[in-house]
Order: sequence, then C-alpha cells, then structure tokens
Amino acid sequence: MKILRAARMERCIGCYSCSLACARLLHQSLSWHRTGIRIRSAGGLSTGFEAQVCLGCDPAPCVEACPTDAFSQRKGGGVRVKRSTCIRCGECSRACPVDAVYMDSETGLPVVCIHCGRCTTFCPHECLDMSESAAGDEDDQ
Amino acid sequence: MNAWTCRNLRLETKMINEEAFRVLVVDLTEGKSEPVLFGSPSELLGGSGLAAGLFASYGLMDASADHPDQPLIFAIGPLTGYFPLMSKVVLGFKSPYNGQYAESHAGGRLGLAMRFAGYDALVIKGVASTPSCLIVGSRSIGIRDVHYLWGLDVLATGKHLRRFSGKDSGHRSILRIGPAGERGVAFASINVDTYRHFGRLGGGAVMGAKRLKGIIVLGDGSLPLPGEKAYRDLFKTVYQEVTQTPAMKKYHDLGTLENMLPLNELHAVPWRNLQATHDENVHGITGQRFAEELLLRKTACSGCPVGCIHVGLLREKFAEQNEFQYRQVSYDHEPVFAAGSMLGVTNAGGVLTLLEEMERQGLDVMSAGVALAWATEAFERGIVTDKETLVPLSFGDVEKYREAVRHLGMRTNDFYHVLGQGTLVAATHYGGSDFACVLGQEMAGYATGEVYFASQAYGFRHSHLDNAGYSYDQKAEGKKSEDAVAFLIEEERTRVQLTCMVSCLFARSVYSQERLQECLTSVGLSHLAESLVASSRDVQAKRWQLKYLTGYNPKDISIPKRFEEVTTWKGGINKVFMDSVAVEYQNAVRKLANEGQKVQGL
Repeated sequence: MKILRAARMERCIGCYSCSLACARLLHQSLSWHRTGIRIRSAGGLSTGFEAQVCLGCDPAPCVEACPTDAFSQRKGGGVRVKRSTCIRCGECSRACPVDAVYMDSETGLPVVCIHCGRCTTFCPHECLDMSESAAGDEDDQ
Repeated sequence: MNAWTCRNLRLETKMINEEAFRVLVVDLTEGKSEPVLFGSPSELLGGSGLAAGLFASYGLMDASADHPDQPLIFAIGPLTGYFPLMSKVVLGFKSPYNGQYAESHAGGRLGLAMRFAGYDALVIKGVASTPSCLIVGSRSIGIRDVHYLWGLDVLATGKHLRRFSGKDSGHRSILRIGPAGERGVAFASINVDTYRHFGRLGGGAVMGAKRLKGIIVLGDGSLPLPGEKAYRDLFKTVYQEVTQTPAMKKYHDLGTLENMLPLNELHAVPWRNLQATHDENVHGITGQRFAEELLLRKTACSGCPVGCIHVGLLREKFAEQNEFQYRQVSYDHEPVFAAGSMLGVTNAGGVLTLLEEMERQGLDVMSAGVALAWATEAFERGIVTDKETLVPLSFGDVEKYREAVRHLGMRTNDFYHVLGQGTLVAATHYGGSDFACVLGQEMAGYATGEVYFASQAYGFRHSHLDNAGYSYDQKAEGKKSEDAVAFLIEEERTRVQLTCMVSCLFARSVYSQERLQECLTSVGLSHLAESLVASSRDVQAKRWQLKYLTGYNPKDISIPKRFEEVTTWKGGINKVFMDSVAVEYQNAVRKLANEGQKVQGL
C-alpha cells in the first residue's frame, strides 16, 4: 500500500491547497486544522514551510497508545481510524512523535492522515507523493 | 490593558450566514470587544460593500482621520476561503492622506485567518492607552501591551510578534506597522505577513494613531462545508482553470514585473520622475533580470495555488574576509517602478535594497518612490537644497536614497515631515507642483496616456486597479471620451463585484459574473447570486457616496503639467481628450453617488 510523503517541501509556496483539500474532501470542512496534512511556517514566511503529516510508522506508536483500538495498524504503514470506538482521550495525539494527530477542539476527535492521496492532486508544485512504503525511504520535509 | 482580556464569545461556528454578517467591534479605549450581527449580505455582498456599510455606521464623516473614534475596518467576503484566489481582505478607513473614505486591499493569510476566526469583519475603534497588539481568535480576544516594540521597524516587530501564540505558527496572520505608521506619515502602510501590504492611502498611520502596533488573527476555528458534490466539483474546475490554463501564467512565471520590458518598448514606463517614458537601461530591472539573478522562490497567499509573490534574495558583503548578510525582499512591477525606474535605479540589487528599507520603515513603496523622485528633481532644480533633503539626492544613487527613505519614515526634519504628508503638499509648500507626479495620490507605474491619467486622478481609490484605465489606453482605438468613460464605469463595477467576494483581481479572467454566481449558489448563497449584479452596482454607488460625504471634491484635483508633457508610443498627450475624459468621468461618478443616496443604510 502506498503512503503519502511530503517529499519536496522546499518547493512549497504556502498556498495550503493540500490542507484545504483534505479538510474539504474528507472532513466536509473549511479549515487549516481539521485536516490530515497541516502546513506550518517556522519563524515566519522567510524560512519556508513544513508539513505536519503522518509518516506511516509501522508499528505506529499511536496504535499502541490507543486504549480502545480505535486506531489500528494500516498495512504498509500508518493507521486506520474507527471513530465509533474513539473515546476522545487524546492518547494517540500525545504518542505521535511528529505531532501528526490533531485533536479537534470542536468535535474532540482525532484527525490524522489516512494516506488516501487526494491532497496530492491539489499541490501546484508536486511537493507531495504517494510512494510505496519502504524502510529507510528518505523524507526531507 | 496589560493583561489578556479574554472571554468566550459563544459564537456558533457555522456555514456562511445568509441573514447577517458577523462582525467583531473592538474598542481599544475601553479594552472591550463586542461581536455583533450586521447588515444584509444580499445588499452589501461583503468585502468592499461590507466595509462601506460598516463605515457608514461606525465612521465619522466630518472628523479627521486620526479621531479616536474613526474605525479601521477589515472585511472579507462570502467566498473567502471557499474557492481558489478568494484570498484578499478589504480595509475600509478614513485616509490621513486625503481625509476621505478609502479602501486598500491585501492578501497573505489574513483572509482565511478571519474566516477561521469566525468573523466577516473586524471594526477597530478607540485608542489604546499604550502601544498594543490586538490578538483575535475564534474563542479569544486579547489586547497585549507591546510598548517595547514602539519605534522598531516592520521586520523586527514581526519577529517579536511571532512569539505570541507560537503554537499557531502558520495558521495565523500577523499585521504590523513601522516607524512611518507610528509617526503619522500619510502614506504609511500596514504590513501583512511580511510580503503583503495594505499599502496605499495611509492605513498604517491610522493604526499608529490608535497606538496599535500589531494585529494577530488566529485561524483556529473550522467551518462545515456544503455536502453536495456540486460544490466539490466546481472547486476542482476552478482550481484547474487557475493552475492549468494560460489564464494565470503571467503571474506565476515572471510575475507582474513581466510588464516592465514591453511597457518600456511602448514608451510607457515612468523614468526619473516621469521625465522620460523609455530607457535603454531597462534591462537591469526587467522581470527576466530579476528571475535570472535574484529570484529566490515564490510564495502564495493562503488559498491561492498560483503563488505570484516573487521573493528576491539580496546578498550583501558587509565586511572584508567574505562576511555576507542576506535579505529576502518581495518584488512586483509597481515596487520596481517606484524604487527603480522612477528613481533612475537600473540595477536589480539596488532596487531590492531600497524596497527593503521602505519595508522596514513601513512606507507605501509606490508613494515613497514617487515622493523621492519629485524631491530629486526639486533638488536638481535648486528648489530645495541639502539643508532640506539632508542628503544630496541624485537619480540612480541608491545609498543616498536609502538614507532618504529612513528620513522619510522617521520624519527627521521639517522637509521630510511635509513630504510625508504627500508629494503635492510638499510641492505646494516648496514649489514644483508642475512636476509632482500625483494623480489623486502618487502615480502608479504606467505612463500609458490620457485615460489612465484621468482615471487615477479622479478614481475612487486613485489606483490603476480601480478601473483599468491603463488597459484602455493600450487596447482602445480612437479617442472618444464617452466610450472611455463607459468602459471605466463598467470595469469599476465588475471589479467591485470581485472585491466584494473578496477575490484577488488577478483572477478576474477566471471569475466572470456567471462563474461567481455559480460559486455563490454552490455554497448555499443563491440570494447573493441573484442580487450580485444589482448589489455590486449599489456598492459601487455607496462607496462613491461615502467619498463625497467625507470631503471628495473633484475641483480640488488637477492633473499636473508633467503628465501633459509625456510622450508615449502614440505620440504626445492629447490634453483636450484627457480633460474631456476627466470631466465626463466626474459627471458619471457624481451621478452614481447620487444614486447611492437612495441605498438603504446611508
């Protein structure tokens, strides 16, 4: 299975089209936060942008941390999320080493990339890839 | 005022409200804020219309621009964030430059940040007791004491303001002013997210008068979207149009600076205070030259995949043993005209050096460049001496101009104080009005001819973007003033339509009236789609009425003699035609303003 890679973030222009696409297409929302890929600037616009997005760990620390198995391991990396069993405890978010799980302050639910790749078609500079999961795959985000 | 003043607003975050706008009214004097419902979206539409409606309610028509109760109004539109390039914000305020109701537009992240914070508009009135920073989010409002930032330049101020709410980095917008705004320079700008600006007509001085050094808007809320597939499909169609068709190529390739070379060939670039319209040395400051030598990268306003913001890298050796410093400075056609051709600076690095200094001071670069161009010619003619200018000004001398920019921002002496009120004020005081390149405000980078000169001089924002007079000069054949005026009035209406949404004007070829109506309908605003044409005309009229009510009198404006002396590709200026366009345009505008009186709410 393929996973999303923010492989060329040095090309990012900060248009947020990927974030907005995920929010629009997966969460029926207009948001910078309620999205599986969140774009950040570190120290102002002059230093460029970085993507907060699931790296597709296997095993995933967020899965291990989830007390209700709402998060389960996705084959090839990343997680599957079953909202019906989520108790909104936020353990997944705390366990993620790269802050890729956002706890939605309005719904209380975790929001994380599911590696569907729909955001990639909205990136005007091909910063994002869908690539086969492979250990050691370099990611320079 | 020293501590956070926070409270929950209990505002429902929901899809666009068709019944009323949600507006946050901040009173800096009292340190309190009130969220209110305001106006009718089907009548005011948003953006330009909302700002005008709010100024009609909160503005003081007869009081000066620095009156404590004058509002500073930031307004977004019904499509902000919902479609690509719906990324701009309209600032409505009383201009310290001319005392009249004015608009200025900026992009950056501000539009989406306001959308996510849950407000269609911010109205800021009153005066803070100490230099302050206003911080607004979806569930928070704070007025922070930042007296320690007073006097700092725009770039240093930005670095300090980023320390506030650092967890929101990338999901917020940071506005600030520099020394020019603090000191009341009539063309002080408001910097938005480092590379964008509310540049023209002195919004920065209004912030300064309110002791408001900065504004941070946190985009920390989320809104539901329509579930229908039609909306998502339409979004995709528009997205593909702006990214895959030639419609927007110009903006993300060389950028607006692409214009410099062909305009120079046309003899339509203002050089050295408009003493010429063509120069063989243009190659030092063309879009191609910047791209080859200095372009570092491009960046975008939030919600715009085009990415037209061209950022140049200025690398400077500051000491022996290869000690270098670097700066990142954004550039466009207008700034390169103002700090380049107008000042006779023909090397790209020199232009960026001056632009960076203007940015630091918080000056509108177009106004600052034109003001210094006038000062240079006045110096050369002996109308002013270095007793006034403090440095011997000379076309092309970057280092001297760099010093002069600092004097202009800091209002160092009487001369720079007066020049900071506008070029024509200085020319009236010292002499040299004939060669002051002022058309209502300092000119833009187009010496295209009669229709542009008349339309900026008497236009609503005194901007080339009001009505595209420069385009008419280049495309139209013949010199019939009634045709020109009909073009200007209708072009203004279609642009008002866009600035109500609030779209970037670069997307005007994508967002036709029909497309805008489709977009509005797709997000559940069919009432606005139906009223779009009639309401945009009403808004056009409202804005003109406000301008008249706040003191606009076309008799106060004249087109300086320098513009009559211009030679373009079409030959000399036809003064009879220019005067005829000016008179008929004024008549058409007066008629519009009278129609505006019938509009409810004014």
